Amino acid sequence: MENKNKSLIDYLLILGDNSLILGHRLSELCGHGPSLETDIALTNISLDLFGQVRSYFQYAAELTGGDSTEDTIAMKRMDREYRHTWLVEQPNKDFAYVIGRQFLFDAFHLPLLEQLVNSKDEMIAAVAAKSIKESRYHLRFSSSWMERLGDGTQESHQRMQSAINDLYPFTYEFFEETETEKLIFEAGIGADLKVIESTYRQTVKDVFAKANLEIPTAPARKTDGKKGIHSEQLGFILAELQFMQRAYPNMTW
Amino acid sequence: MKNIKDQEAAFQARIDAGEKIEPKDWMPEKYRKTHIRQISQHAHSEIVGMLPEGNWITRTPTLRRKVGLLAKVQDEAGHGLYLYSAAETLGISRDELFHQLHTGKAKYSSIFNYPTMTWADIGAIGWLVDGAAIINQVMLTRTSFGPYARAMVRICKEESFHQRQGYEIMLTLCQGTPEQKAMAQDALNRWWWPSLMMFGPRDEESPNTEQSVKWKIKRKTNDELRQQFIDITVPQAEVLGITIPDPDLKWNEERQHYDFGEINWDEFWQVVEGNGPCNKERLQARNDAWNNGAWVRNAARAHAEKRAEQKKVAEAI
Repeated sequence: MENKNKSLIDYLLILGDNSLILGHRLSELCGHGPSLETDIALTNISLDLFGQVRSYFQYAAELTGGDSTEDTIAMKRMDREYRHTWLVEQPNKDFAYVIGRQFLFDAFHLPLLEQLVNSKDEMIAAVAAKSIKESRYHLRFSSSWMERLGDGTQESHQRMQSAINDLYPFTYEFFEETETEKLIFEAGIGADLKVIESTYRQTVKDVFAKANLEIPTAPARKTDGKKGIHSEQLGFILAELQFMQRAYPNMTW
Repeated sequence: MKNIKDQEAAFQARIDAGEKIEPKDWMPEKYRKTHIRQISQHAHSEIVGMLPEGNWITRTPTLRRKVGLLAKVQDEAGHGLYLYSAAETLGISRDELFHQLHTGKAKYSSIFNYPTMTWADIGAIGWLVDGAAIINQVMLTRTSFGPYARAMVRICKEESFHQRQGYEIMLTLCQGTPEQKAMAQDALNRWWWPSLMMFGPRDEESPNTEQSVKWKIKRKTNDELRQQFIDITVPQAEVLGITIPDPDLKWNEERQHYDFGEINWDEFWQVVEGNGPCNKERLQARNDAWNNGAWVRNAARAHAEKRAEQKKVAEAI
């Protein structure tokens, strides 16, 4: 029982941390978008992701017990305890990076949620059912911008292709099954990463074709985000994300 | 054909009768210009106002506060959007209005030229700055220009939510540890006077007031609104248990209003003139967002044109 809880908590972190760190990156852009409409849309996506984070972490806190809360989980873990993939912590280098990162995540996230709605864990199934509508919209938004930028001007095409070339090698990590994901899938709670991967590849193929973009052939980056090995970006993200909880511990806000 | 004097008289009669003026109606050129100036200033204030609060989004103390702050700043972008649209009905484009902002030709509310140093500043802005804005905006829901009045109805609802959210942040701090309460007091100390300045110069130094009252853009003067704000806010500070940084603040039984100390008008004009603590950074941030976004907007336009062209060809075949 205890072991099952431990795996389940770890799985909730794998799910929640991607949304947490991507939501954080998007939130950095609020007020700085290329137009008011895109600013509003990206903030919306950020809000949706934080909403998901809260559901996952409230559940994880309940399973953990003690003084654990959604905030201690989000803000009081150390660097090595975060379980997100490298893609989502990549910086907002330009709007093409923002869109590329979002699209690649959405193309993975939607088929993941499509499986989690059938999870044997009622909480996870409920969160997935709510998030799936959001994720459909996210994918529609990011795909349409992939197309606009890929097929817009020469400059936008170059920027989009170059962002994708940098980001794509991080996506293989999504499908490298960890011990936790394996256990949780076998328990009927998690998702089959192989099925997700094939849907993901098809989405990428379709959208890249419409956007006149080439699928990068560079090999996968050797990354282990889900095992808590992160890029040098994470320390700085956490310095902001955790600042208040670290500077003023154990207070009510 | 009626002469201009008759047209103006008929126009004024419509306003006096409480009718709304709509974009396609005849209006004096000065009415049009005044509205473009005021509505765009208001829109710019929403957009620039996103920056000092946006500064804290990545550092909110909790997830709940993060979602609240993100949603609030997003609402401001939405307000900017309606207001730019309302200004566009008067025959000016959003790009032109942005150009005026970016070149420093257009003004925005000076309050956003102050820095947000601590988390309590986010509470103080919601409580005081949104509180002051609501007092102005409730009045504007009844202004004579239809699109502006209607935008204000929606904006006021959201602003009032923001004000409550800000006050609740302050209340939580004031009920917290001594350190948190000190943070709240410090924020009040820094935001109080700039909030009073939001209502603009004293009536005798406000050249636009008389004409604005005639056109129902203003139904109360700057000084009346400022007094109303102070009278509402003082008891709220008492509930919080923090002190308004004005030794001259005192209830006046005879006037049935609070008396208050002299505002530092030199500071007010300095900030209006561009010499406030963060004027340069705010304009820079807006210019950067605009300039860095140019290639994105060009791409979207080029793509839309290609699609339209393809559609035409498809229809021709």
